[in-house]
Amino acid sequence: MALLEVNNLGISFGGLRAVDDFKLTIEKGCLYGLIGPNGAGKTTVFNLLTGVYKPDLGIITLDGQNITAKKTTDINQAGIARTFQNIRLFKKLTVIDNVKTALHNQLTYSTIEGIFRLPKYRQVEKQMTEEAMALLKVFDLDGEADTLAANLPYGKQRKLEIARALATRPKLLLLDEPAAGMNPNETQELMDTIRFVRDEFDMTILLIEHDMKLVSGICEELTVLNFGRILCQGKTNDVLNNPEVIKAYLGE
Amino acid sequence: MKKLLNDKTFKNNMITYGSIIIAYAVIQLLMALGLVSSLFQGLLVPLCVYAILAVSLNLVVGILGELSLGHAGFMCVGAFSGAFFSKCLAATSMPTALRFTIAILIGAAVAGLFGFLIGIPVLRLKGDYLAIVTLAFGEIIKNIINCLYIGFDESGFHFSMENTLALNLSDTGTVVIKGAQGITGTPTDSNFTVGVILLMLTLFIVLNLINSRDGRAIMAIRDNTIAAESIGINITKYKLMAFTISAALAGVAGVLYGHNLSSLTATPKNFGYNMSIMILVFVVLGGIGHIRGSIIAAIILTLLPEMLRGLQDYRMLIYAVVLIVMMLFNWAPACIAWREKLAAKYKLKFPTKKSAVKEAE
Repeated sequence: MALLEVNNLGISFGGLRAVDDFKLTIEKGCLYGLIGPNGAGKTTVFNLLTGVYKPDLGIITLDGQNITAKKTTDINQAGIARTFQNIRLFKKLTVIDNVKTALHNQLTYSTIEGIFRLPKYRQVEKQMTEEAMALLKVFDLDGEADTLAANLPYGKQRKLEIARALATRPKLLLLDEPAAGMNPNETQELMDTIRFVRDEFDMTILLIEHDMKLVSGICEELTVLNFGRILCQGKTNDVLNNPEVIKAYLGE
Repeated sequence: MKKLLNDKTFKNNMITYGSIIIAYAVIQLLMALGLVSSLFQGLLVPLCVYAILAVSLNLVVGILGELSLGHAGFMCVGAFSGAFFSKCLAATSMPTALRFTIAILIGAAVAGLFGFLIGIPVLRLKGDYLAIVTLAFGEIIKNIINCLYIGFDESGFHFSMENTLALNLSDTGTVVIKGAQGITGTPTDSNFTVGVILLMLTLFIVLNLINSRDGRAIMAIRDNTIAAESIGINITKYKLMAFTISAALAGVAGVLYGHNLSSLTATPKNFGYNMSIMILVFVVLGGIGHIRGSIIAAIILTLLPEMLRGLQDYRMLIYAVVLIVMMLFNWAPACIAWREKLAAKYKLKFPTKKSAVKEAE
């Protein structure tokens, strides 16, 4: 069975049908791309998947569990984590605290244990620090663990956001334009990182991207959105050679 | 232990606790030597009250990042519920320490409950709207208490919102809360030592909360609500938690305040919005989110008007000027740059181990 199954998904804002009859099937371990012109509804799909918007229609199933119209918090606990198009870090927290915050539901102790510094607090905090440092190491951020997130350079902020999302131990990772604002070198590095994350964490990844080099380089399957509707869906090569896709998005 | 000393937050917290203990010891010593004027002695408990209020409000304003202007209301609830309990049991043979401890717990619990109940609808709002609604709730609390009559006799407690007669007390009954006249004859259990202990306790709770899983969740909500939600943090729960704890601590300050004077009334001066704003001024001047700063600001701004008493009418003028200067010193970019330059110079003269290692590299 597929990890994520979406059927007949739709939402309207006022008179605008932002997403209509959207369907998607992602197998476990797949690197899946969602592309399309600006305003096609890609981020809206992400917001529907993560419960930021509630769909008017349709069913979203994650690993056999119906998560349609659930709260963002619950959907994260069910196994979807995401990054944002405009980076949303906890800017006044340190890099390591950003990741530790994301371990909130993974490693727990009660408020009382926290305030009175009971043994469980020390034990769990130690475990949190170790786990967070291990994640930061993967993204080569361990040297900046005590820097404020706001003071990180742009590329590293993007990486930290991915690290934070992974800390929630998701089954499916959604990346919203991870390469936005990056130079070709950084993009290349990011592609390696994404591949590494998929292999290392056995992750399924759905990403939105405009950088066609990245999309054709790492995505195995693609969905093209246009005006809120699916234009084309399938293997990357087939999709990118589809005349309609070329006409609507890639340019002739 | 060495590892603990290298931890920056741990060091910072120890400085906070340590400086309060030192200040306490110095003042006790001066009092023993008879060098403290009675005016200043009378200010010691209010100083603790304001410091606790500033720290607790900082939890909402600085750590949760929401502007609340109803803090005096929670203080009022705490003061009255604590004083009510003490007054009812004043005639019994209960030991003072036990009675006061229970009064503090009751004050904290009732104020916390009010914080929780008011927080449920109010925390759905944001920014200015939240500030306005909390301000209104604070005023509502004060005004309700102002027309509240409670008394007791053999048949139990009597309650009215009209006047003493409407209580229908028997001849042996006592009126505890007398509307606008408030509670008179509260045992004055508060003293400087108790105040400092409560302040330390408040600091212990707030500082430890901030440096824990829950504190990180609260700060995550402050920094980015949408991202906090996306990593599975329950926004409502943690907003309410911060608000409730803050209200409960304000209640503790209220109990301390209420037991410092023998008569307790809910006037605009002590529990009105002026008070709420004053607490907010402590927090803002001390640095939003800086716990130690809010204590220092509370102390300076409480002592200042009293020290300037000799200047009579010019007092408030100077107070205002000092406020502005403090604000500039803390927040103006030019001042911050100047302070950083000064700090760098200081470090160059006395290089710490850490910076020396850095330079060697």
